[in-house]
Amino acid sequence: MTDMASLMEDRAAAKVISDNLRKPVDWDSPKIARNIKKRYAAERRFKSYGLVAIGLALLALCTLALSIGSKGYSAFYQTYVQLEVTFDPAVIDPEGTGDPDVIGRANFDGLIKQALRDRFPDVTSRSDRRNLYGIVSGGASYDLRERVLENPNLIGQTRTIWLISGDDFDMLNKGYIDPTVDEGDRRLNDKEITWYNDLVAAGAVEKQFHTRFFTSGDSREPELAGIWGAAVGSFYTLIVTLALSFPIGVLAAIYLEEFAPKNRFTQIVEVNINNLAAVPSIVFGLLGLEVYLNVMHLPRSAPVVGGLTLALMTLPTIIIASRAAIKAVPPSIRQAALGLGASPVQTVTHHVLPLAMPGILTGTIIGMAQALGETAPLLMIGMVAFIVDIPGGALDPATVLPVQIYLWADSPERAFVEKTSAAIMVLLAFLVLMNGLAVYLRKKFERKW
Amino acid sequence: MSLSFLLLAVAALCALSFYFGRQRAVALSGGRHSNLHSLPVHYGAYTAAWCGLPALALLLIWYMFQGSVIEALIISDLPQEIVGDSGRLSLALNSISQIAAGGGEHLTVSPEIVDAGRRLANLQTIANAALVVVMLSVALAGLVLSYRRIEADMRARNNVERISRAIMIVCSAIAILSTVGIVFSLMFETLHFFSKINPLDFLFGLEWSPQTAIRADQVASEGAFGMIPLFVGTLLITLIAMCVAVPVGLFSAIYMGEYAAPKFRAVAKPALEILAGVPTVVYGFFAALTVAPFLRDNGAILGLDVSSESALAAGLVMGIMIIPFVSSLSDDVMSQVPKSLRDGSYALGATKSETIRQVIFPAALPGIVGAVLLAVSRAIGETMIVVMAAGLAANMTVNPLQAVTTVTVQIVTLLVGDQEFDSAKTLSAFALGLVLFLVTLGLNVFALKVVQKYREKYD
Repeated sequence: MTDMASLMEDRAAAKVISDNLRKPVDWDSPKIARNIKKRYAAERRFKSYGLVAIGLALLALCTLALSIGSKGYSAFYQTYVQLEVTFDPAVIDPEGTGDPDVIGRANFDGLIKQALRDRFPDVTSRSDRRNLYGIVSGGASYDLRERVLENPNLIGQTRTIWLISGDDFDMLNKGYIDPTVDEGDRRLNDKEITWYNDLVAAGAVEKQFHTRFFTSGDSREPELAGIWGAAVGSFYTLIVTLALSFPIGVLAAIYLEEFAPKNRFTQIVEVNINNLAAVPSIVFGLLGLEVYLNVMHLPRSAPVVGGLTLALMTLPTIIIASRAAIKAVPPSIRQAALGLGASPVQTVTHHVLPLAMPGILTGTIIGMAQALGETAPLLMIGMVAFIVDIPGGALDPATVLPVQIYLWADSPERAFVEKTSAAIMVLLAFLVLMNGLAVYLRKKFERKW
Repeated sequence: MSLSFLLLAVAALCALSFYFGRQRAVALSGGRHSNLHSLPVHYGAYTAAWCGLPALALLLIWYMFQGSVIEALIISDLPQEIVGDSGRLSLALNSISQIAAGGGEHLTVSPEIVDAGRRLANLQTIANAALVVVMLSVALAGLVLSYRRIEADMRARNNVERISRAIMIVCSAIAILSTVGIVFSLMFETLHFFSKINPLDFLFGLEWSPQTAIRADQVASEGAFGMIPLFVGTLLITLIAMCVAVPVGLFSAIYMGEYAAPKFRAVAKPALEILAGVPTVVYGFFAALTVAPFLRDNGAILGLDVSSESALAAGLVMGIMIIPFVSSLSDDVMSQVPKSLRDGSYALGATKSETIRQVIFPAALPGIVGAVLLAVSRAIGETMIVVMAAGLAANMTVNPLQAVTTVTVQIVTLLVGDQEFDSAKTLSAFALGLVLFLVTLGLNVFALKVVQKYREKYD
């Protein structure tokens, strides 16, 4: 009975379908035309979402680049103030010994202060004078000393000299301090601005290229701070990272790709490599702190420890890239080598590895670029210390470029904002260079088998 | 200088032994290489390996233990009242190492400490000298022994290949070692932490204020170590980041893969990849100095009270960072949908967007979910953006305009600066690290499983 009923139902349904089939669709009917129009509109909308998404991403990129570029370009220039400095023999070398030690210990700061007092003779009160001395940076006395040590004949003469200015006046000259706002709301008071205007009117204020930014270490004074110390620290750290992660990574990749039997050990290694690639970088920092500093007692803040930590972090990148490169070498090459009597190790070292090298190098450079930009794990192992000296080796306390950026970004002085942005530009320039090299290598040696 | 000098010396010895080994093989062959079992190079490599490897292994082991052995020696000579008090002990060790390094004239310390400092300097000199002597003698012994073993029918190549295979296995094992190292170092300090703080309080506590008081009578001298507020903050920022990264990343992947002309693709794709290459500290700076003030000022215009360390700023910028990650992964997944599905859809008259929405996207959904999970795990573990742009106070809130803190921010603030490995404050960072590690690991394993399963379906 039920069979019968369902059969009847099927028949009815079939009739409906065949009726519909018999009636051809009128493609020109307004209903269909409306529908098609709607569908095409949806198509265009959907496509525009994609464009908008890409546009947003590129907009973010441009905003990032612009905000850093516009904040940072001024750091490559530094304000200098021209003053008439008298190299008073009574201050520099009272006994006329000409001994560099005596000259080196002289009070050059006093000379600059004297020059400032001479330039603005009507400034007499104590606090005004202190403000006045702020026109010239505390570091200018070192420059003066260098100058005299180089040319002792200067002693006793009066020269007009360009001296590096203090950070507040530098900011004023670069337009970051608005002299029109209320006196209480800016770093410089009205008198200081009058002095500045006076100096500008006399043509005694000038912006010069700021070489010190590229040649000196960190400093509490923004105008004296430079990135060379951090750059050298980054260099040592990367050398250690490369020296460890490249050989280990390549050997591990060769083993896994060419020799490893399919067993439990290999499986565990592969799972581990994939997981390590996704472990947050800060966890590597904790590992470094515990193992290298607490257990092995390696020196804190040293590039060696930073390099050891970053090496573990870049290892997965290098292994994965190397494996891909080795896998891309066609098996016929291996078979040919083996057929001619080479041992498996000889096959790999003489044939597979040279052919895979460009790919391996590309992966390594990308891994190194990642390591160069890494900050968080290095904070854990004490590479955030304030270090003025340029590190002389991988065991000296040092900091690295990204950490320097982090430190400067935390500094309250307005002038450090532009230093930070400029340091970011330098870091990005290095990264672009490294990635460019990787792309070039890939393009140049890419092979289609 | 000593370490680099030592390494150079060993390298020189290796080169020398390579030369000697090769020479000896050539001499033994009597001018005919066919008299030898292996190529002369193999004999050279054999001696070089025996010269260098034991010495390097020794160096490694030595450095692992030198620090702790010397410290134990120094501590054993200190008076009992210093050793008993861990705070005083770490202070004393600090001064001792300063004195040993030749500084510390300004320190006012007892004569025992000064003596210990001298002793430390002494011990370090002795240890370094001993290392040089022992290492060089091991290298030389290796050279001589392996040199004397060289004979014409010695299977040098097989030997060398066995050694090189062993080295390769050790290198692959380092991946396991570092995982084990992570787990153990985090576990060790976490257990230490749990001996001071109840694990349940840590896992389910609703208050986080690790600042332990200096005096016992101060309020909250215990500190509060409940990690829930940190996770709420982390998830809030992650959620904001995903709200940016998933739609933008997905739609740009769709456009790149399905619509874009090759020329447009050639320009736009690398441009997107640049976003992935920018260091996170740069994003942090951008978030803290550009995005956060922008949001605060515009919020004020709209009458909203936006904190200058709002979760929104950090989340937005983190989202920007993750866009290329989502887009490249989902591009990968969508391009793996078989062409037949697509062609079938077109044959039925579907438009491109209908095909994508109703055929490709559902087919690729598991893979996309996996990609998003990977992105979430990356966002949870991201550090620098939140350190620079998010707050420090552990507010339990889901208001994106307020300041929240995250797990990674707390790890950094707890461990930068002074560390005392006997206070719950420092140790709690390791417990947080362990939780972070486990959460991201779980997410990754799960996401990779999902992606892999999806791949198998269409392979």
